[in-house]
Amino acid sequence: MFGKPSRTGRTLQYVALTGYLIFLGFPLVWLLSTAFKPPRELVRLHPTLIPSNPTVQNFVQAFTEQQLGRAALNSLQVSLASAVLTVLVALPASYALARFRTRLGTVALGWVLLSQLFPFVLLIIPIFLILRQVGLANTHAGLVLIYVVWALPFALWMLQGFVRNIPRELEEAASVDGASRLQVLRRVVFPLLAPGIVATALFSFISAWNEFFFALVLVKTPELATLPVALARFVGIEGTARLGPLAAGSLLATLPSLIFFAVMQRRLSSGSLAGAVKG
Amino acid sequence: MTTVAERPDVARADGPRRARSRSDRLGIYLLLLPSLLPIVVLSVFPLVRGIYLGFTDARAGRNVEISFTGLANYRELLGDELFWNSFKIGLLWAVGVTVLQFVLALGLALLLNQQLRFRGLARVLAVVPWAMPPVVVGILWKLVYHPDAGLLNEFFHRVGADGLRTNWLGDFSTALPAVILVGVWAGMPQTTVVLLAGLQGVPRELHEAAAVDGASTWHRFRNVTLPAIAPVVVAITSLDFIWNFNSFGLVYVLTAGGPGGKTMLPMLFAYEEAFRYGNYGYAAALGNVMVVIIVALLAVYLRRRLREAN
Repeated sequence: MFGKPSRTGRTLQYVALTGYLIFLGFPLVWLLSTAFKPPRELVRLHPTLIPSNPTVQNFVQAFTEQQLGRAALNSLQVSLASAVLTVLVALPASYALARFRTRLGTVALGWVLLSQLFPFVLLIIPIFLILRQVGLANTHAGLVLIYVVWALPFALWMLQGFVRNIPRELEEAASVDGASRLQVLRRVVFPLLAPGIVATALFSFISAWNEFFFALVLVKTPELATLPVALARFVGIEGTARLGPLAAGSLLATLPSLIFFAVMQRRLSSGSLAGAVKG
Repeated sequence: MTTVAERPDVARADGPRRARSRSDRLGIYLLLLPSLLPIVVLSVFPLVRGIYLGFTDARAGRNVEISFTGLANYRELLGDELFWNSFKIGLLWAVGVTVLQFVLALGLALLLNQQLRFRGLARVLAVVPWAMPPVVVGILWKLVYHPDAGLLNEFFHRVGADGLRTNWLGDFSTALPAVILVGVWAGMPQTTVVLLAGLQGVPRELHEAAAVDGASTWHRFRNVTLPAIAPVVVAITSLDFIWNFNSFGLVYVLTAGGPGGKTMLPMLFAYEEAFRYGNYGYAAALGNVMVVIIVALLAVYLRRRLREAN
């Protein structure tokens, strides 16, 4: 972009890039290394970057002793339910938003932007009170409900974009051939929409999987805690030897989103999803 | 997406809306209802109610009478030293993280936009922190900052600078900078990706023309690149600022506001007020103040940028 830089310019660029790689990469390497270190290496006076006797014991321990297994199951349950519900709820509305212009739709999308401004404190107290009134405080169902609402605006925005990409002529052709409206949707629209549905489901799955604040406030019973909350509690139990299982659990908690990002890598680098995923 | 505008049944300003039959309209509303209902019940309503709670003396507990107290909460906030303290920390945090995030992300985006080796690796690494749950980012950096088993202290030991070893998150003077650095690390990827997308949209010809005219690299950056990505910059820095000001999970895990309140961000302060002490009304009032401040700061920022653009 800047034409052919001089040799010193090039060198400086590589120095800067190396700096970035260290800043971004080393904390990750450290997490990996800690996760595979046996307790004896963890308490050593001067820790090493590469574990000398790597072990998977930390992963076993994270699941057996700290009940991270249960928390992971809870998270899985909540995130799956949120993903499925979000798609089911968003599908009809996104079709309407893409195919018909309504003032209601514009207002709804405007709300998406506006709601970003407000701190969670303002939302969480009334939500907590509402959920308690209907008996859903301290339940996974209540949490799922919040996550669906939380993911909906973006899911709508994303899905309606996918609907718009389906040529309207296809639908018209099908109805000329005598297909009913429902048949058009089922045979023409939904199959073409599959990638969009998968992307939307993944998005809402990840935002539920990573979410911390609502899960912390709304679910009080330790057995119902989701993975981020369980990990945060685990941090409270200090002791250097505990760092191994903590790192192991953290690694596992990152896996789903890493897979998601790997799948979406292309879209992300094109910038079309930028601004989407934020905890 | 743009072709939609040409479709006769959608966009012509006068035609379709009037021509749309009643049953069609009913159908559209039926399609929208499943989405709108939850948004209204669990997003719009709670927000309005939350704003209202800020003007009451609401407290935790069942069957507590709530009465309207007007500006009493705000008068109390004005005299609350803890609030002012947390507010200052919040501003330092939000401005510090946003500015550093932007500068570092711009640098990285410019590098990634060149034909450099290891660019692929850098691109992957630049996205990983984005994929991590905030809680995990907090844990990760707790491990790096750990006084005994941490990477940072060990690094200082290895290079023979033992005097720099410290309890980064536990020391009064280093806690806030240490936390800000984590904020930068966590938010940089997204900013980089957005800026990179902006850079890739800058037309090549502009650069070439400027180079032919003999403009230096810096001049080309200042007069060609920067104006071209200005809208992207304004959008992402504004969003970053809002997100940073409202962030919670990261610092909750790292320091929980300590040591001695040195990293007590407004969100943490509000959380403690609401769910430790049960002062719902007071916490909501704090939330209202935060909204007003964010909007005011953004308004000033956006106005200045707009004026520059003209």
